[in-house]
Amino acid sequence: MIRASDFPPPFAASEFVGEPTDPADERIEVGVLVVGGGPAGLACAIRLGQLLAEHPDVAERMGDVPVALLEKGKQPGSHLLSGAVVNPRALRKLGYRIEDLPSYGPVHDEAVYVLTRRNALRIPPPPTMRNHGNVVFSLSRLGRRLAEDAEEGGVTILPETVGEKLLVQHGRVVGVRTGDKGRGREGEPLGNYEPGADIVAKVTVLAEGTQGHLTGVALDHFGLRGDEPQVWELGVKEVWKVPRPLGRVVHTMGWPLRTAARYREFGGSFVYPMGDDMLTIGMVVGLDYRDVELSAHDLLQELKTHPKIRKLLAGGERVAWGAKTIPSGGWHSLPTRLHAPGLLLCGDGVGLVNIARLKGVHYAIESGRLAAESAFASLQRGATPATALGAYDDAIRSGFIGRDLYEVRDMRQVFGRGFFVGGALASAMTVSKGRLAIGKMRAEPDAEQPLLRSAGRADRYPAPDGTLTFDKLSSVFLSGNKTRDDQPNHIRVERRVPREVADLWINMCPAQVYELGTEGGDGTVTVQLAPSNCVQCGAITAKGGRLTPPEGGSGPEYTST
Amino acid sequence: MKIAVCVKHVPEGPGRIDPGSKRLDRTGEGALNHFDANAVEEALRLKGDGEGEVVVVSLGPEKAADSLRKALAMGADRAVLVSDEAAAGSDLVATSKVLAGALARENADLVLFGQQASDADGAVLWAAVAERLRRPVVSQAAELTVSGDTVRVKRQTEYGYDVIEASLPAVVAVSDAINEPRYPSLKGIMGAKKKPFETLTVSDTGVAADEAGEAGSKTEVRALGAPPSRGESKKIEGDANAAQAIVDFLAEKRLV
Amino acid sequence: MSILVFLEHHDGEIQKGSLGVLAKAASLGDAHAVIVGGGVGALAAEAGKYGAVKVHVADDASLDPPLPQPRVDVLAKLAGDYDAVFFANSVLAADVAAGLAARLDAGLNWDLVDVTGDFTGKRPALQDSVLVDVGWKSTPRLALFRAGSFDAAPTGGGEPETTQAAVELEEHSRAAKIVDQQLEEASGPSIEDADVIVAGGRGLGAPENFTLAEELARALGGAVGATRAVVDAGWYPYSAQIGQTGKTVSPKLYVALGISGAIQHKVGMQSSNVIVAINKDPNAPIFEFSDLGVVGDVHEVVPKLTELVKQRKS
Repeated sequence: MIRASDFPPPFAASEFVGEPTDPADERIEVGVLVVGGGPAGLACAIRLGQLLAEHPDVAERMGDVPVALLEKGKQPGSHLLSGAVVNPRALRKLGYRIEDLPSYGPVHDEAVYVLTRRNALRIPPPPTMRNHGNVVFSLSRLGRRLAEDAEEGGVTILPETVGEKLLVQHGRVVGVRTGDKGRGREGEPLGNYEPGADIVAKVTVLAEGTQGHLTGVALDHFGLRGDEPQVWELGVKEVWKVPRPLGRVVHTMGWPLRTAARYREFGGSFVYPMGDDMLTIGMVVGLDYRDVELSAHDLLQELKTHPKIRKLLAGGERVAWGAKTIPSGGWHSLPTRLHAPGLLLCGDGVGLVNIARLKGVHYAIESGRLAAESAFASLQRGATPATALGAYDDAIRSGFIGRDLYEVRDMRQVFGRGFFVGGALASAMTVSKGRLAIGKMRAEPDAEQPLLRSAGRADRYPAPDGTLTFDKLSSVFLSGNKTRDDQPNHIRVERRVPREVADLWINMCPAQVYELGTEGGDGTVTVQLAPSNCVQCGAITAKGGRLTPPEGGSGPEYTST
Repeated sequence: MKIAVCVKHVPEGPGRIDPGSKRLDRTGEGALNHFDANAVEEALRLKGDGEGEVVVVSLGPEKAADSLRKALAMGADRAVLVSDEAAAGSDLVATSKVLAGALARENADLVLFGQQASDADGAVLWAAVAERLRRPVVSQAAELTVSGDTVRVKRQTEYGYDVIEASLPAVVAVSDAINEPRYPSLKGIMGAKKKPFETLTVSDTGVAADEAGEAGSKTEVRALGAPPSRGESKKIEGDANAAQAIVDFLAEKRLV
Repeated sequence: MSILVFLEHHDGEIQKGSLGVLAKAASLGDAHAVIVGGGVGALAAEAGKYGAVKVHVADDASLDPPLPQPRVDVLAKLAGDYDAVFFANSVLAADVAAGLAARLDAGLNWDLVDVTGDFTGKRPALQDSVLVDVGWKSTPRLALFRAGSFDAAPTGGGEPETTQAAVELEEHSRAAKIVDQQLEEASGPSIEDADVIVAGGRGLGAPENFTLAEELARALGGAVGATRAVVDAGWYPYSAQIGQTGKTVSPKLYVALGISGAIQHKVGMQSSNVIVAINKDPNAPIFEFSDLGVVGDVHEVVPKLTELVKQRKS
């Protein structure tokens, strides 16, 4: 039995933890440091801005830069990708009226289909998939708007800046060291080399999103991982201009994913309207799949050839593409604590996602808001930081985030039993509001799934025709990715592996980062990398490697995903 | 020494032409034209740790402020943005007039441009601006030094290079071979917000509204058409005759 | 209709590109030429042979250095009499055209590949994926054409009418001088300036096989380019990389050896005049945008091709 986890990447969390090294007077001092300009980080920043405006006495003690936010993309929004049908409650709690935000309108109608190769059977939406009251957004666009609001609220946003190292002193997180810029392929400093800097803060909030780099480091360093491992889905999506409005939210299950339990292909697709002239279509598949020939990108291309889907896209034009992982372990995979001395953890980075409903954005926003409240409380005179930060955990678990995740806590695991059994169990769970306990089913890490091969499956994906279906490289181009090539490689993987593992990665990666190198003669092959293709989806970390952040500003430049 | 650098905020990503205006769609994300980053870098190098001032000037929509702030983050001292509806749709004649007006206010010793705009809209701006300022202009600068009131430029041409000396005040357009633009440091990014930033209207630059924008332009875009066809595309087998076939093809096109 | 054409010259010869533009002007109406420099009187006759019916000559030692602003001064006095002034793009011509546009407040359209009889200019945009029709709202209409847009057409014409153009330089036109010149006969042109580029991709098979590209480039007098894939693999230096994250080139001839033509590469070379591709894979995307595609083995085709080119040139 070959497993990707038998070939672990050269990575140790300790590499990314340390004390500040810049001379004390050169360190950049801020009040609260937020790492990540996604919905969680921006909500945190916005809420902090609001609180500091209401309490100038606290603001005064925060120095010149009360709140700083690091974003590794070109700007907030560049690395944001989601469906997204968003539950508006968290945005309202942040003080927004939905009408004032750049949405594509409320959900009017929805449909769920089970697909076979040629047919689509409409089924009543399972209880978990009802979206009445929810609103369609482009997360990338929303992020850009929230960032503007955060800046107006006094937050300093530092784009193209990576949080590379967690600064820890005496067991306490005191800030983050940013990544270097201007290094060459072998790590050598180039002409415009700019070293990173130590940013020290009273409280550090990690809101890095799925597979967050420092979040993973912190979970290891502080021993916060629970008994259940986190597991992920990989989502690949496109945005299309279409001549006819879609008019409703559509979810599909079944084809092209296979239902037999041995394949473990859990997932489905979504098609969401974006106004009258655009829609977004995406394929989501659990990374606990076993077939080395599975390619989520190509499954999306295959999905589009279904007669029902093809009709939706006829006469249209693809205008965006992207990919990202989604943590799906839910309640059981949460860390034991969401805080550590000087540190708070939010959003997708710690798995606050309800995979049954495909919802995570509003949890991210709410967790960011709660993190702001806790951080602010810890900065009050006379506050005990440990207590204040600990209160964040309670707020998450006892609030609607915890309640929702608890209700669907066994949902993901049951689908390991196959679609039909799993579907029935999932519905039963929801209807009983989580009281029907299945008994905790151990989830295995995605990388520990034994690998198999459906010979020829990869050959049967549709050949790209440039109109309906597309190859990976032109998709990477469409994501706006123009990462500098002569950078150090940011992807950690074992470079000599069995053929199965190499094929697993080659097919898995939506951006064609991995390629077959030379044969070793003993059944092993070397793996070649094209790291500048990487859109930082995070799939490799789930399946046996480790993604670390490349130079700030690298990666995709999403605008409508 | 006072150095003014003209920068442009250009659309990012694969460009789109707006079918209505038939001009480049500038509503999406934009960034500092990367050739202008070379010009900003050169200005910063010339200033060094000295007493001089580097001011960045741009004509564009409000969003162009982002690019100006990036230049400030790199180390420029001050920014001036001419942002005015009246200037929308300006061609070379109109743009050079407005920019020259803004630059005349600055009265810099040296005005720098990048060698072209990645959106190909401003590829020859510096010579027009220099003419209006009545200053000597040197383009394609691969090396630049200033001593006293003379600027010495190594200018790349199709034939090699010329070394040109011009008396200040002068206008120089730098090539991207001249330097490697620095990354803004974090302190630089944070400090950029506090640096002086002036927003001007067209009339602030001394130009009348009908001399700017479409009204002041002497060229226009009339229509969009199909891409220039490459013509017939031939495909042949790589057999024993292929090499000769290629040579014949090249000969026909007068390439050998 | 009369059109003034700025003829650029180097080393005693009129630039081919300028002659091409002259031919275009002659096809539209009366083509007059202007030649500025030192000791250039003899070139007037050349201009006549290529379509000019009248030539303005500004001949003075002070005009010998190829600086733009004195040329603006000369043209400014003449341009008002014409419907249009045409330029063939070059480092010098671009500066002259733009300076003249500002001097006269005359519209300038650049990067044109053609112009119609009723003065609609054709300009490629968005990396040559669109063709835009542009126009002028006043006269004289200044037009800067992309290098190599037109072929020179000797007309067998006789002596043109020649006049001495007035030379009165503005103060700022006298403020720059050339103190040194270096003409480069380097070891082959740089990628940016090369008229011919031979580029290699993964299909070459191994780094040693880049010699195929190098020999062919040498025979054709061109530069060598590389795709990102082979640069990533360490086969060739980054300075030779052509594509989205490398250099963008538009030579007269681009020969692609073992290159698949992924879009990241395509955007760096798609506006080359003529593209010849050799690749084993008949479905390689490069064949969709090459002028001549050869489905074959580079190891078999290229050495023979290099030989034949060398023979032709000798």
